[in-house]
Amino acid sequence: MAAATKPIRWHIVLFLAPAVLVYTVVMILPLFGTLQLSLFRGTPDGQVFVGFDNFRTLLGDPRWSASFWNALWNNVWFFIIHMLVQNPIGILLAALLSNPRLRLRGFYRTAIFIPTILSFVIVGFVWKLILSPIWGVAPDLLGMIGLKGLFAPWLGKEEYALTTLGLISVWQFVGIPMMLIYAALLAIPDEILEAAECDGITGMAQFWKIKLPLILPSIGIISVLTFVGNFNAFDLIYSSQGAMAGPNFSTDILGTFLYRTFFGFQLQIGDSNMGATIASMMFFIILAGVCLYLFAIQTRLRRYQF
Amino acid sequence: MSKARTSPWRSAAAHAVLIAYTAVALFPVLVIIINSFKTRQGIFRSPLSLPNAETFSLIGYETVLAQGDFFLYFQNSMIVTVVSLFCVLLFGAMAAFALAEYRFRGNSLMGLYLALGIMIPIRLGTVAILQLMVASGLVNTLTALILVYTAQGLPLAVFILSEFMRQVSDDLKNAGRIDGLSEYRIFFRLVLPLVRPAMATVAVFTMIPIWNDLWFPLILAPAEETKTITLGAQVFIGQFVTNWNAVLAALSLAILPVLILYLIFSRQLIRGITAGAVK
Repeated sequence: MAAATKPIRWHIVLFLAPAVLVYTVVMILPLFGTLQLSLFRGTPDGQVFVGFDNFRTLLGDPRWSASFWNALWNNVWFFIIHMLVQNPIGILLAALLSNPRLRLRGFYRTAIFIPTILSFVIVGFVWKLILSPIWGVAPDLLGMIGLKGLFAPWLGKEEYALTTLGLISVWQFVGIPMMLIYAALLAIPDEILEAAECDGITGMAQFWKIKLPLILPSIGIISVLTFVGNFNAFDLIYSSQGAMAGPNFSTDILGTFLYRTFFGFQLQIGDSNMGATIASMMFFIILAGVCLYLFAIQTRLRRYQF
Repeated sequence: MSKARTSPWRSAAAHAVLIAYTAVALFPVLVIIINSFKTRQGIFRSPLSLPNAETFSLIGYETVLAQGDFFLYFQNSMIVTVVSLFCVLLFGAMAAFALAEYRFRGNSLMGLYLALGIMIPIRLGTVAILQLMVASGLVNTLTALILVYTAQGLPLAVFILSEFMRQVSDDLKNAGRIDGLSEYRIFFRLVLPLVRPAMATVAVFTMIPIWNDLWFPLILAPAEETKTITLGAQVFIGQFVTNWNAVLAALSLAILPVLILYLIFSRQLIRGITAGAVK
């Protein structure tokens, strides 16, 4: 390469400098700072290196580990709800919308995407009001279809609260898988579909046998985006249930657990080292999930070149 | 095209499913907006009916606007969003241009380094970010939020924009070089105007999470004079939780700006998602 022998080309440095600088100082260094902080313990004499003691406390001390496993399992359940409800609904809607002869496509697309642009604060409160037994919108609606007896204050019951919040989050984010799958379906060339029709594969069979295998890579990307988003979630739970993730911590996920640990709550004072430890655990969980996707799933998915 | 795909029964079924889901998506928002225009009795007696002469009332909006702080919160959100957006677009485009245009040692490594942030959320560094902001005296300033959001938006911006910049014709840039344009002029005069549609897409994607974020305003800038609208709404609703008129009005006021922006830019957003996903 001729470039290697030249002196430094300053314009490249100048073009890269602002982005790299801000990104490194505000994002990468704090990420490593957090990982580092999880290996220390604050004492009156300053920070003392304690190795993996914080992680041992988090996983071994019953007071910590109970909360941690509770938050982790709740988070896993939160993720499972998204995978089982959000993505199939998203695929179904996209499959319906991708029919080029469907009228009003633009309207449906725009309308179904609206919840996705709203902030968690709005979504959390809107659903809290609608599901509130005081107001009675939800019981009235159930009453219209004769199911009033089914109503329960879902957000207030330990056994339902997390599932309800998961479904609210699905309601908010279903637009994202819908759009990405929609885009993937539109990208399938017409020749392939016409060839399938010549072979007599139409309708549902065409979707299952031709389209679905072709959009699997997009489904993979959506799954990993959902994973990262869910294990990083905080706002919805905080704005509808508060930092205590009530009732009785039944909706506590890693994000709210991190917030409470870092800032303290009630009588417990905030602990930045334990907060960093929890953030590090989240980091490793997300990293493991992303690596699993990149190395185990993405390499096995067959990509079709058109 | 076969007849099976367009039979009337099939398309009626498709419409039925889509209408049902659209109703599910819009219903909660509509209920909130409709009820924000009612009196307290109207809200509770018949939550599902439209406001009529008897139940119409603007008392909720009066309560919210009398608080006065909402304009300040709104202004804070605007400043943070616009300045971060500007920095993300400018710095992101510059870095994307360097990565897409020049061959230098470490190019792909640099691309990978900048792309890391797409998968690893910046929130995980919060503990150290707060320490950094405390050390530099930026806590409770809008600058802290702008820095964080710029860093948060850059990875995706660089990734998308460099894909687009690779498509800009080399002949055009070389013609510019022959005419004696400097590399900076080539970037600002030739390339930037050509990738404007991609910039708009990145702008929409960057803007929504910044405007809606609760985590960083709560942690880095919770002071009264630096609250963003999202945090302000959260605190306000928490305080007025029993004043249903005020809560419903505050929610409607928080929904409206985003909704209007979305309806203006929805075509851009959808085109961006479809274009980005095809890549």
